[in-house]
Amino acid sequence: MNDFQATQDRSWLFVFIAWLVASVSTLGALFLGEIMGYTPCVLCWYQRIGMFPLVLILAAGLFPFDRGVVRYALPLALAGWLLAVFHWAVASGLVPERATPCSQGVPCSVEQIGWFGFLTLPLLSVLAFSAIIALLLMTHFKASK
Amino acid sequence: MKKTLFISAAVILLLAFVGGAIFFGAEKAEQAGQRVDKNQSVLVREHSPTLGHADARVEIVEFIDPACGTCRHFYPLVKEMLAAHPDRIRLVLRYAPFHQNADYVVALVEAAGKQGKYWETLETLLAAQDDWVMNHAVQPEQVWRHVEGLGLDLAQLRSDMDAPEIARLIAQDLEDANTLKVTQTPEFFVNGKPLPSFGYEPLKKLVDETLASEYR
Repeated sequence: MNDFQATQDRSWLFVFIAWLVASVSTLGALFLGEIMGYTPCVLCWYQRIGMFPLVLILAAGLFPFDRGVVRYALPLALAGWLLAVFHWAVASGLVPERATPCSQGVPCSVEQIGWFGFLTLPLLSVLAFSAIIALLLMTHFKASK
Repeated sequence: MKKTLFISAAVILLLAFVGGAIFFGAEKAEQAGQRVDKNQSVLVREHSPTLGHADARVEIVEFIDPACGTCRHFYPLVKEMLAAHPDRIRLVLRYAPFHQNADYVVALVEAAGKQGKYWETLETLLAAQDDWVMNHAVQPEQVWRHVEGLGLDLAQLRSDMDAPEIARLIAQDLEDANTLKVTQTPEFFVNGKPLPSFGYEPLKKLVDETLASEYR
């Protein structure tokens, strides 16, 4: 019983941390877009579609704790991760810009932020989605052991 | 325990967001003010269309895009302010034609000005904006039927529109907008001061304050 409780607590913590990552990413994206006035490019919008709902879905899975939340959150996180990797490839020049859907409006290859010389927004997005996926997978596998 | 953790995390995140927004907003307004102070000479050019009394001590400079919907909504509100204080407020228009083909309409309005019908033409076109702006792009062929009733010499208007001085004037205004970091329209400066935040209320407040300090 105690073992079960400890596993449950650890799983809860994983989902909670994933929720934290999603919340920080969401608020960060909103801050850059709405407050600082950086217009999001098309790929950024698609990634937002993957990230924003996670804040609500993961929170709903925390109270009362439901491990099944992994099944609902993971598809969004995976889709967001793929888009983020693609965006990152575009921004670092691995994929040519004209092969992407954002030739009009704000180009996705323009790097609006570069912290510490390497931390661009697409990279931050890749990292955030990766962290969320890792935490969700840990919740799923650790808890079912 | 878990609930406390969750709620405190949510509150901290939200507070950080709101605090950051307030801090950043204040910072931005201050920088905009400094930029205007440094570049007072680019705020108004000799060619800029002006409405109101030359001796008015309150000057509203508006960066306008004739194809911008918010500009259309603000225009009558600004006119109301002028009407409420004739002789005290002057309006100066600068162009920031950011929409696709918007410079076409600017050229048309400027050319109408050569026939002495600048403001009628601008106001008529703004009122009919829905009809000639589609998906944020000006449809040049849709513009003309709205200016037909204004008694303009249309052939003259068409040839005046292509005058190089109009192109120069637009280029100059865009350059000044860039210097002042005007990236959205409409953007207002009241006696050289930018709005602390965008909106009708902040504009009204800034104009009223400037009126109060200029006409004590």
